[in-house]
Amino acid sequence: MFRWDVVGQNLFSQLFLNAAWTTLWIAVIAQTFGVIIGLFLALMRVSRFPFLAWPVRFYVWLFRGSPVLVQILILYFGLPNVFPSLVTYITVYSATLIALSLNEGAYMSEIIRAGITSVDTGQMEAAKSLGMRYSLAMRRIILPQAARVIIPPLGNEFNNMLKTTSLASVIGLFELTYTAQVYGSQGFVIFELLIVATLYYLVLTTLWGYIQNWIERRIDPDRATKAGLREQKGWTGRVLSFGSPRSDWTLGGGPPPGK
Amino acid sequence: MSIEQSNGYGVEMVRAEQIVKRFGHLTVLNGVDLSVKRGQVVVIIGPSGSGKTTLLRCINHLEKIDSGRIYIDGQLVGYREVNGRLVEDREAAIAHMRSQVGFVFQRFNLFPHKTALENVIEAPIYVLRQPRDEVTKRAMALLTKVGLVEKAHVFPHKLSGGQQQRVAIARSLAMNPKLMLFDEVTSALDPELVGEVLKVMRQLAEEGMTMVVVTHEMGFARDVADHVIFMDKAVIVEQGTPEQIFDHAENERTRTFLGMIREE
Ligand SMILES: Nc1ncnc2c1ncn2[C@@H]1O[C@H](COP(=O)(O)OP(=O)(O)OP(=O)(O)O)[C@@H](O)[C@H]1O
Ligand SMILES: [Mg+2]
Repeated sequence: MFRWDVVGQNLFSQLFLNAAWTTLWIAVIAQTFGVIIGLFLALMRVSRFPFLAWPVRFYVWLFRGSPVLVQILILYFGLPNVFPSLVTYITVYSATLIALSLNEGAYMSEIIRAGITSVDTGQMEAAKSLGMRYSLAMRRIILPQAARVIIPPLGNEFNNMLKTTSLASVIGLFELTYTAQVYGSQGFVIFELLIVATLYYLVLTTLWGYIQNWIERRIDPDRATKAGLREQKGWTGRVLSFGSPRSDWTLGGGPPPGK
Repeated sequence: MSIEQSNGYGVEMVRAEQIVKRFGHLTVLNGVDLSVKRGQVVVIIGPSGSGKTTLLRCINHLEKIDSGRIYIDGQLVGYREVNGRLVEDREAAIAHMRSQVGFVFQRFNLFPHKTALENVIEAPIYVLRQPRDEVTKRAMALLTKVGLVEKAHVFPHKLSGGQQQRVAIARSLAMNPKLMLFDEVTSALDPELVGEVLKVMRQLAEEGMTMVVVTHEMGFARDVADHVIFMDKAVIVEQGTPEQIFDHAENERTRTFLGMIREE
């Protein structure tokens, strides 16, 4: 029989609040490192040096082509076996964070690369002809424009990340899923506690959904125009509000050529 | 010494020797020589695909060349000589050369995430490392000069093509270039907007700016050019004063081309 009272008791318990907090910070940190790794990989991938691009292809192939669950297991059980000196460094936390970050880096690198290549080539040429070096042009001209294209899929990636953290349960990290499993089987209330965990996941992803909507509205050209966001000077205003009602340039447009 | 010489007028600003440029098997420039003196306005005309854009892009090394040499103000462009062989120059050296050469594109290429003013001040601040307030003052003066000071805080997509192109010219001028390259800067514009851009270019020419201009605007070429070059099929076919080219062209291809242009 399903015990609603157990669900009620655990919904706001310290135990589950802690577990939810763990899920959240693991996801935030892994996503952050994923973005940083992805940015570096993407920059290597778009560089004109093949010796930089090839390792990235390999990396992406490796991490996208194998399950993240296996990657977590390899880091936690496999590596210390082969390199005993690593034992002190490999904890459930570090193994999870490293595996999730490396894996996310592969996905983010593809997203960021797509963002960079969506910027019209004329932008890099204009920057160069003003005397900018490649790195400066990338930082000041290309990446801010690529950000508009990168941010929506980045939001989806974080939604996924919130849920992917549950895989850390296999190595015994007390995030939401493992917490529900352990305490649920102790008291024969596993179904009830898994429901509690599910409710927490739903809250986290729903809240993120609202934040994502808010961000995407800011970078959505038409709404940004209506709200007059372009005149804002805050960082979101600066970074995100350069939308245009004719946002053809994000798609490599610019004014139509010809007569 | 004449006054002209003491001003540097007449000294060679651009010198290109036997430029060869290929894209795969296609030879786009086949031994092109060019000489532009300081203060001169050189206009390049020619049919589509003749290599005009490519020549301009080679001058500021947006394209590598397969052989030949280009000098700007006596300095070899894009390459260094090492034991008699040419090797491509360091990025910093190429960037430094480009910072002294303005390039205006057919499609403007303004930075869409920056206002008109921000477009103009970007390179002086981040490339030349000049103080922001000083640069801003100069940028406002330049925007006034191109007639757009009231659009300083407007983003490019809210400007007409002609206005965008004038901002692009101001953006180049903010670097105090010693040479300006213009690649068909009016051909993406609606006809009624062409005049305002040409007016700015005329004024620049009068002020003594050294300019290489690729254009289909024959009226402009006739009035403003000191020297006209007609290119066809990867080579310079004929060159001379505007009168020589427009009124007394010797080459059959030049006459045919000009005839077609006049009919349009
Ligand atoms: N990046 C490139 N790769 C391959 N071919 C190119 C490239 N750029 C130009 N070409 C070719 O080189 C030739 C000369 O091109 P270019 O743009 O210099 O001509 P143009 O005289 O400027 O013509 P238009 O009046 O149409 O602008 C053309 O046949 C063109 O297709
Ligand atoms: Mg051209």
